[in-house]
Amino acid sequence: MSAFVGKYAEELIKNAKYIATPGKGILAADESTGTIGKRLSSISVENIESNRQALRQLLFTSPNALSYLSGVILFEETLYQKTSDGKPFVEVLEESNVIPGIKVDKGTVEIAGTNGETTTQGFDSLGARCQQYYKAGARFAKWRSVLKIGPNEPSELSIQQNAQGLARYAIICQENGLVPIVEPEVLTDGPHDIQKCAAVTETVLAAVYKALNEHHVLLEGTLLKPNMVTPGSDSPKVAPELVAQYTVTALRRTVPPAVPGIVFLSGGQSEEEATLNLDAMNKLEVLKPWTLSFSFGRALQQSTLKTWGGKKENVGKAQEAFLSRCKANSEATLGKYGGGSAGGLASESLFVKGYKY
Amino acid sequence: MSCFISKYADELAKNAAYIGTPGKGILAADESTGTIGKRLSSINVENIEENRRALRELLFTAPGVLQYLSGVILFEETLYQKTAAGKPFVDVLKEGGVLPGIKVDKGTVELNGTNGETFTQGLDGLAQRCQKYYEAGARFAKWRAVLKIGANEPTELAIQENANGLAMYAAICQQCGLVPIVEPEILVDGSHDIKKCADVTERVLAACYKALNDHHVMLEGTLLKPNMVTPGSESPKVAPEVIAEYTVRALQRTVPPAVPAIVFLSGGQSEEEATLNLNAMNKLQTKKPWSLSFSFGRALQQSTLKAWAGKEENLKKAQDALLVRCKANSEATLGTYKGDAKLGEGAAESLHVSNYKY
Repeated sequence: MSAFVGKYAEELIKNAKYIATPGKGILAADESTGTIGKRLSSISVENIESNRQALRQLLFTSPNALSYLSGVILFEETLYQKTSDGKPFVEVLEESNVIPGIKVDKGTVEIAGTNGETTTQGFDSLGARCQQYYKAGARFAKWRSVLKIGPNEPSELSIQQNAQGLARYAIICQENGLVPIVEPEVLTDGPHDIQKCAAVTETVLAAVYKALNEHHVLLEGTLLKPNMVTPGSDSPKVAPELVAQYTVTALRRTVPPAVPGIVFLSGGQSEEEATLNLDAMNKLEVLKPWTLSFSFGRALQQSTLKTWGGKKENVGKAQEAFLSRCKANSEATLGKYGGGSAGGLASESLFVKGYKY
Repeated sequence: MSCFISKYADELAKNAAYIGTPGKGILAADESTGTIGKRLSSINVENIEENRRALRELLFTAPGVLQYLSGVILFEETLYQKTAAGKPFVDVLKEGGVLPGIKVDKGTVELNGTNGETFTQGLDGLAQRCQKYYEAGARFAKWRAVLKIGANEPTELAIQENANGLAMYAAICQQCGLVPIVEPEILVDGSHDIKKCADVTERVLAACYKALNDHHVMLEGTLLKPNMVTPGSESPKVAPEVIAEYTVRALQRTVPPAVPAIVFLSGGQSEEEATLNLNAMNKLQTKKPWSLSFSFGRALQQSTLKAWAGKEENLKKAQDALLVRCKANSEATLGTYKGDAKLGEGAAESLHVSNYKY
C-alpha cells in the first residue's frame, strides 16, 4: 500500500472506527494549564491543580454522560490524575468504554514573513512521548493546526506547512499506537461569507489529504476534526441547513471514504448552535461515507462550568447540565435532535477572536 | 467553492450521475484511425472509412445493446458519421438513451530524461474543439494519461505532469459543457505484485485529486477511469475477490465521495476476466459512495470483432456477441453476474499488448 501498515494497524483501525460510533462523540477536555486558567477565572475559581482535578472529575463522573461519549481528549497533566477516591481518570473512562486521548502539540508559533499565520510545534521527542502516553492508557491523539482567512490568507506557505506538520504528526502517532485526530482549523474570524469559507476549507482539506498520502498515513486509522463551514464571525449568521449543505459538500469533495469519522470542532459557536448545525448535517439526505460527530470543548462545557461556579454544592446540577449537552449532541449525530435543550447559557456565543488554547 | 462553477454546472452533474446509473456503463469505441487499423487487420479487414463506419454501425445498432450503456466514447471521425440509411450515429445513440462522448487527447509523447515515461498532448485549442464537439452532440470527453511501473517508475515528474495535464483538460471541458472522464492509466506491464500496483495506484490517484482541486474542477461533474489493481502482466494471476479488495481499498483511500462514478478501463484483461473482476467489486460489502462500472473497449468488442470478421452475413452473430458482453457487464455493475455468459470465441483470451498505445 502507499499506507504504512505497522504493528498497531488493526488496533488503530478498530479504535478509530469505535470513536466514530453513531450516537457517540468526543469531549475535548484538553485545555492547557494556561487556557483552563482563563475558564476558571471566568467563574472566579483559582487555577490550581486541585481545582483543575475537581473540574475534570465533575465531568468524567457525571452519571450517564459517558454513555454518549466514545472518547475524551486530555491534557498531559490530566492523563495522570485521579478522582478524590484515588481512581485514575483513565480507568474511570475505560470502565465506561470511553477511549482516553491526549493532546500532543505544543501550541502555535508565527511563520516569519506572513501576516500572523502560524505553524504548530511539538515534534521534539514526539515518538517517545506517544509511547509514554500509550503506556498510560491513551489510544488517540490530537494536534491542532490553525489557518486564517484574510485578503491574502491562507498563504500557500501556511497551507503547506500545516498540512505537512499534520501528516508528520499523524504517522508518528500511528507508529506508536495512537489514532491521530487531524485538526486543520480554519478560524471563523473575519467578514468573509460562507462561500469563501467553503473555498478555503476545500483547498486546505485537499492539501491535508495529499500530505497524508505522501507520508504513508493509514487513513482507516485516523479521524478528521475540521471546522464547520460558516460565514465569518463579522458576517450575518445563516441557518443550520445552509451550514450543513456547505460543510458536507466541502467534505464530500475532499475526504476519502477510508476515513471512518469526522468529529467537528465547535470554534466560537454557542452550545446550541453547534448542536443544531451537527444535527442538520446528519439530517441531510446525501451520501456520507464517514460518520459526522462532535469533538467539542467549549460547546460541551460552557453551561456546566457556569453552573458549577467552583462550588461543591453545585456539582450535581452542573453534571446535569453536562449530561444534557452530551445527550443533545448524541441525538444530533443521529439527526434526531429536537432542539430545546438550550438553556440561556447554551445559546451564548463562545467566540473569542484569534482563539489560542 | 474552491471549484469553478461553470454555466454548465447543473448539466455536468446531471450527465455525470446519469453515466453512473447502476446497470449501465460505457462502450469505449474511440480507437484512433491507426489503432482501429490494427483491430481490422487482425480480422483481415481493410482500414478504410467505410469499414470503420460499418463496424461502428454494427455496434451502435445491435439490438438490445443500448439499454446497457449510458455512454459511448467516439473518435472524432465517428462523431460525424451516419448509418448506411443516413442517420447520424449521435442521433442513434441519443434515441437509445446513450450519451455520446469524444476522445480529445492527441496521444502521448515521451518525457525527456525519463526511462520511457510519457505525458499526453492535446491542450492546444482544446476549448474550441470542445465547443465544436458539444455542438455536434457530445456531452462527455475522455483523455488518457499513461504511467508505468518500473524499478524507478513512475517518477514524481511523470506523476505531476500527467496529473496536471488531466486537471487542465478537465477544467477546460467543464467550461465547455463536457463531463471530463479522468483517466490515469497505470499499465499492467511488469513483474510486480498486486501490492506494488496498489501502492502506485494510490499515489497516482492522490496526485490527480490534488491537481483537480488546484485547477478548480467540480468533482460532481467528472468521472474517473482508472485501472483495476492487479498483479503485473508477468506475475501470477489472482482471484477476482482479491482484485476487488485491493482496487476498492485504493479508491476508498483516494477518491472523494463527490465523484459520482468510477468506470474502469479493462487494460489487457480478457472480456470474461474484466467482467468477473467488476462483478466482485460490486459484491464487496464495504463503503462505496461512487458507483463502480465499466468503460471497456477491447473487453466489450473482442468476440464481436472476431464473429464479424468483416462479413455482412455475420452481422447478427457479431451483434449477439456484443449483447452477451454488454448484458454480462451490466449485471457485473449490480454484482449479480453469475459467470454464465455464453462465451464467444475469444472471450477468455487475454487482450494484453505490451506497452499499449492507442
